[in-house]
Amino acid sequence: MAIQILMPALSPTMEEGTLAKWLIKEGDIVASGDIIAEIETDKATMEFEAVDEGVIGKLLVAEGTKAVQVNAPIAMLLEEGERSDAVDIDVTVAVAQPVPSQMVEIEPASIAPAAPAESVMSSVLVGPDWPEGTPIKQQSVREALRDAMVEEMTSDPTVYLMGEEVGEYQGAYKVSQGLLEKFGNKRIIDTPITEHGFAGIAVGAAFGGLRPIVEFMTFNFAMQAMDQIINSAAKTLYMSGGQMGASIVFRGPNGAAARVGAQHSQDFAAWFAQIPGLKVAMPYSASDAKGLLKTAIRDPNPVIFLENEILYGRNFDVPVMDDFTVPFGKARIWREGRDVTIISFGIGMQHALEAAKKLAADGIEAEVIDLHTLRPIDYDTLISSVQKTNRCVTVEEGFPICSIGNHLSSVIMERAFDYLDAPVINCTGKDVPMPYAANLEKLALVTSVQVVSAVKSVIYR
Amino acid sequence: MAVRKSTSKPNISANELLNYYKDMLMIRRFEEKAGQLYGMGLIGGFCHLYIGQEAVVVGLEAAAEEGDKRITSYRDHGHMLAAGMNPDGVMAELTGRVGGYSKGKGGSMHMFSKEKHFYGGHGIVAAQVPLGAGLAFADKYQENGRVTFTYFGDGAANQGQVYETFNMAALWELPVIFVIENNQYAMGTSQQRSTSSPDIYTRGAAFGIPGEAVDGMDVLAVKGAGDRAVKHCRSGKGPYILEVKTYRYRGHSMSDPAKYRTREEVQKMREERDAIEHVRSLLLTGKHASEDDLKAIDKEAKAIVNASVDFAKESPEPDLDELWTDIYA
Repeated sequence: MAIQILMPALSPTMEEGTLAKWLIKEGDIVASGDIIAEIETDKATMEFEAVDEGVIGKLLVAEGTKAVQVNAPIAMLLEEGERSDAVDIDVTVAVAQPVPSQMVEIEPASIAPAAPAESVMSSVLVGPDWPEGTPIKQQSVREALRDAMVEEMTSDPTVYLMGEEVGEYQGAYKVSQGLLEKFGNKRIIDTPITEHGFAGIAVGAAFGGLRPIVEFMTFNFAMQAMDQIINSAAKTLYMSGGQMGASIVFRGPNGAAARVGAQHSQDFAAWFAQIPGLKVAMPYSASDAKGLLKTAIRDPNPVIFLENEILYGRNFDVPVMDDFTVPFGKARIWREGRDVTIISFGIGMQHALEAAKKLAADGIEAEVIDLHTLRPIDYDTLISSVQKTNRCVTVEEGFPICSIGNHLSSVIMERAFDYLDAPVINCTGKDVPMPYAANLEKLALVTSVQVVSAVKSVIYR
Repeated sequence: MAVRKSTSKPNISANELLNYYKDMLMIRRFEEKAGQLYGMGLIGGFCHLYIGQEAVVVGLEAAAEEGDKRITSYRDHGHMLAAGMNPDGVMAELTGRVGGYSKGKGGSMHMFSKEKHFYGGHGIVAAQVPLGAGLAFADKYQENGRVTFTYFGDGAANQGQVYETFNMAALWELPVIFVIENNQYAMGTSQQRSTSSPDIYTRGAAFGIPGEAVDGMDVLAVKGAGDRAVKHCRSGKGPYILEVKTYRYRGHSMSDPAKYRTREEVQKMREERDAIEHVRSLLLTGKHASEDDLKAIDKEAKAIVNASVDFAKESPEPDLDELWTDIYA
């Protein structure tokens, strides 16, 4: 019986990849452990080894094929005595009809993570942050973040990047790809695995007049550096009576990735947003990622910049401009609506926009607002929207207790109580450590279904 | 790797020796007065006095050049005075007045002076160690030839981030001098009870950082070691460790009754090893100064301290609007 060789998942969030190169040809004998192909994920080019022994009967996917879905058959391995013409597989089917991942099956209503980004972008977009007629390009969040760093490092020699694997490895999530080559090892600094230490060194360097960008491989590891972030970076300006502060950006992926368990899946937005002296940005789209990161790097204060691993590979419209920035403290209305206000930020925006789309099909027009920054928060935009719609749902991935949504509910209650026709509902992640099992993980995360149901509840339908 | 107990001392002029005396005495008189004001309720919160350790900062400041940086923990009054900061501004910060270095918003533990290259004043034990290495990182990046004196205690020497910092400072050859002020007690815990090996200066050896143990009750020995450390750092050879063996006469903070050591132990240090008395006797036996000269110096120090107290009492409390300033630049 012939064995199908399937497209492997080579990272926790990989849904598809490019079959960059075959290292074997049809008729070759392979043994387990032989490298048979090079596969490009959104993060890196990986070598792919054979697991079983046999003769390569047929290569089903040609070299250079992009967007090969995980689990699609890419080659047939013949056992002793089998002939390749006995194998009947349609190559086009293998690419075009991927085996859906389990995550997608559980919630059929959600947009599959691999779906083109345009489906999100095509929803009504109010006021893009660039002048009308500006040329637009499609760019991933990852590339947008890299471009922001390149532009700011080019214009300001005191800006430098430090973190684990940011240089020679090209970034654990490939955000800093190409930067070492461009700027050299004086400004792109690989650190040992020592978050507490290098965060402190970076804060000291900021006191000394530099503008460091500190990459945490993920924000989970920033817990090791919490004292330097909170006690040294955030408070020194105040404690020194305004004499010295830290112009520094702490950035990296935050929140749940996929199937990486409790210690690697946590949204810290509400933690950092609580601290006076810090600024906190959490972009959703690629243009916001770029514009907000440029603003963060120029800011004379410590900025926590919360990215998202799942969003890194997502494409969005990005304006082609010499110097595109997005201001802090200004929310963006992604979609106008009269019936309900949905407030979110970061990856929560994905669920908010999906929900708005589903609600529109039911004749419910939701106004969807992206906060952009959690410190400062653009309260005025939220309040005017709630005064118009009289109903509000907040969406975030973080834990429910002391969430950003809790805070927004309180502000809305204080400033717009008489306008509310229903209690504000906070959609959040569940109050549990993130489980590993796929079905439980799905249950722990906030979903668009949950948002739709919350909206229906506040409009009493 | 050079790990040693140093004994060599620099040749210095009588005038320099007299200046060390003045500077050390100034710190002592200032701290005695601060203790008094604390007792009167004019200074609140935590207040950590430097009495007994004066030779450490005075000796090392004598080895520094203009533009070199310094950073320390919360026991910071002596460092600020030795760095040339104005006693009025320090005392007014202690009393929480607007004339203080942080406009009254920092207090005893949190003062800074960009002008004097003093970077605080940090309240979390050992947090200043990576910060100091970071200052040195900025100096190296800017190629300005400066070195940073990063002070911490024997207690802080047991924090993990110290060794994270040693590793990176050595790896990147940062111009930082790690000054371990070993006053033998981490709050109430003696070094024997907290530290597995008595010689902290050897702990850099694993990272290739040279270290010396220095008699911190002898300002000349401190100055000599400081010169060697500065020379090493400024020549681009990376970090250097000085473990300066010293002793604090007062409790850890004003509220510490110091029951963890005997009165006799403290008395013995004061009588036999006092750093100021040591210089005093050198000045007198060498006939570099007369008893009257030294009395005049003491009188002057007291006058400066008393003036700082007047300033610190007269300076108003910060305006209530100050609550909301300096949170963001």
